[in-house]
Amino acid sequence: MNTAEILLWVVLPYVSLAIFIGGHIWRYRYDKFGWTTRSSQLYERRLLRWASPLFHFGILFVLIGHVMGLGIPKSWTDAVGLTPEAYHALAVGVGAIAGIGTVVGMAVLIYRRRTVGPVFSATTNNDKLMYAVLAVTIVLGMSNTVLGVLGLEGEHVDYRETVSPWFRSIFYFNPQPELMTEAGLGFQLHALSALVLFAIWPFTRLVHVFSAPLGYFTRPYIVYRSRDRQLGNRPTARGWERVGGGRR
Amino acid sequence: MRVMAQMGMVMNLDKCIGCHTCSVTCKQAWTNRTGVEYVWFNNVETRPGQGYPRTYEDQEKWKGGWVVGRNGKLTLRTGSRLKRLLQIFSSPKLPSIQEYYEPWTYDYETLTNAPVQEHTPVAQPRSLLSNEPMKVEWSANWDDNLGGAPELTQQDPVLQKISAEIKEKFEQTYMFYLPRICEHCINPSCAASCPSGAIYKREEDGIVLVDQDRCRGWRQCVTGCPYKKVYFNHRTGKAEKCTFCFPRVEVGIPTVCSETCVGRLRYIGIILYDADRVLEAASTPDEQDLYMAQRSIILDPHDPEVIRAAEKAGISRDWIESAQRSPIYSLITRFEVALPLHPEYRTMPMVWYIPPLSPVVDALTETGHDGEDAGNIFGAIESLRIPVEYLAELFAAGDTNLVTGVLKKLGAMRAYMRDLNLGRPADESIAAAVGMTGQEIQDMHRLLAIAKYDERYVIPTAHAEQGPEMEEFDTGCSLDYDGGPGMGGWGPFGETSGGSTPIAVENFHMLAARQTTDTLSAPPDKNQRVNLLNWDGKGAPEGLFPPKGDGGGVGPDSPSVTEPKP
Repeated sequence: MNTAEILLWVVLPYVSLAIFIGGHIWRYRYDKFGWTTRSSQLYERRLLRWASPLFHFGILFVLIGHVMGLGIPKSWTDAVGLTPEAYHALAVGVGAIAGIGTVVGMAVLIYRRRTVGPVFSATTNNDKLMYAVLAVTIVLGMSNTVLGVLGLEGEHVDYRETVSPWFRSIFYFNPQPELMTEAGLGFQLHALSALVLFAIWPFTRLVHVFSAPLGYFTRPYIVYRSRDRQLGNRPTARGWERVGGGRR
Repeated sequence: MRVMAQMGMVMNLDKCIGCHTCSVTCKQAWTNRTGVEYVWFNNVETRPGQGYPRTYEDQEKWKGGWVVGRNGKLTLRTGSRLKRLLQIFSSPKLPSIQEYYEPWTYDYETLTNAPVQEHTPVAQPRSLLSNEPMKVEWSANWDDNLGGAPELTQQDPVLQKISAEIKEKFEQTYMFYLPRICEHCINPSCAASCPSGAIYKREEDGIVLVDQDRCRGWRQCVTGCPYKKVYFNHRTGKAEKCTFCFPRVEVGIPTVCSETCVGRLRYIGIILYDADRVLEAASTPDEQDLYMAQRSIILDPHDPEVIRAAEKAGISRDWIESAQRSPIYSLITRFEVALPLHPEYRTMPMVWYIPPLSPVVDALTETGHDGEDAGNIFGAIESLRIPVEYLAELFAAGDTNLVTGVLKKLGAMRAYMRDLNLGRPADESIAAAVGMTGQEIQDMHRLLAIAKYDERYVIPTAHAEQGPEMEEFDTGCSLDYDGGPGMGGWGPFGETSGGSTPIAVENFHMLAARQTTDTLSAPPDKNQRVNLLNWDGKGAPEGLFPPKGDGGGVGPDSPSVTEPKP
């Protein structure tokens, strides 16, 4: 284990994680106004109509797949009697559908972003960087699966014995970088680009992932709010609080 | 009984001349920013016509508002909450920009820097979305004054509900203007469709607002609003809507659209309503009963029991007094001449309209009859079915009796008051024919025709002890906000990031920025601009002059200029 490996598989993950968490807290406190999906549907809707749901639902399933693959230890699935072959078939089967949906949807969305004039002019440099990192991550991840299925990756690597334990070891605060060195170049590159993606995440429009409106199911239809809590759009100035009002 | 106060407006359509002053002043005050170029919080439509955005009233197509399901329960027309969330990645019923219109400007620079040529140079229209040259094919009032009729008017969703033989004759017969703002509904479907809960109704005055810090740009509100009066700011990615000019209303002055209306046709006041019965009223099975259902939740502010309940609900004494003097309460409940716009959407709108009588009178006069004789007017209202059916589709869910009743009252007022003005004895039978007394007709005439400023606008102010928190009376320092002098501009993610600035400050600085900008939209070099306030007078501030060798520009060391001229 050399310095580079420690930097890549111990330091970088923690730095990335710290930026991810701290960045979101900072962004939420400082930039609620900028926290939005910034939808471009108003400009163009024909391509978006099918490509956007394809991409988003695809990536949601990809996320579920990653939670299972990275989060659930192999010993657990063995314990419930799921054979490695069955697990592999399930993962590749569902993963391939979700992955193809994600890649196709993303390709169309990026094509749309580049070719539709108003959409392209509304694309910031920040967006371009984010799309590049996101696309590289997704393509690397997809190619790992494809190469694995085709048997073209050289020696077979079981990510559930290398990448997954390493990923979990980060959260146990007992990092095991040596596991990643055995994982093969494909998985290493995918993990690295994902770490970069997590580091830039809070500063891009990707923050909209965390505003998934699940509260909509439980709240009443009409929201009433008193302007007493905050008249206008600024907090009450110090020294001007109303008597008995413990607001803000 | 749970008493709540609601700010509302009534517009007297007889007086609207379609001058668009309200739209222009509203735009200047609220939507003159990048991202909302296409947005008119207030617009004036010619009816019959398609409206703005095009055919917005066709709810089979746009799915706005509420419906009563087979089980008698009120639901949004777009379906269940789960269905809406599943469609969140691409809202299927969102009007595209073409349905509003693609905003544009003109390339004026060509006019001054075009080389000498045989033909006069022209300023090409350029899209404000893509900066590309574009062909102007539609706008917010493209069919103004029946322009493009009869082809364009045939697509009017209201006209399509009226029978075919009547439609053909329509545009020769009748035309009027319909100014529209957000309805500030008692049962707002935009708020109900917002997944983030960012759209809220203010408890004090019922104004419906979008919290810009909580909006996440899911666009469901645009679909949810049947009047299409919530707009998507394509630059900030947030929903924006008419605010009822709350910074003005809070200090007791009318909205910009009302204040600048040259016809003085707008009335602002508050009503008290029973919040506990809103759902029941909005669920009324028959669409034509919705008008009366909405009337029934509006409470009588003179009733001692209502006053007691209002005081218990924390409504202050001056607000109750304002409700008693409210012009909109008089027009809705006492004179019964104001009607809601499209009550069948079940949102309980609170901007009401007095349907126009003038076209009936005009048609009558053209035939050689006395257009202001009571008998003639009553007869004409009965026989001129075309305007009545159209107005009924707009204001009464198709109930022609309701519209006929209102028009007769307006006709009776003209006839009755003409006698008085000509020094003839008052004919009480005219008043009695529409179920009113002479005094009531005179009161109505005073409110509608004389229309004194402080009778048109009875706006209770927010309370003085809240002063420092109010927008217009702001005692904070404008230097504290982004864009203020000496501040570093916006947040790190461009113009749309960082905390939102107070409305009064934002408009001032945005106006200033736009007046000095050279580019089509916001200048990309905003942060590099020279601030002469920081200049100590020594040397030349960096960036004041273009770099040397740029041709044309005069450098700071140039002998021809001894000192920089601001």
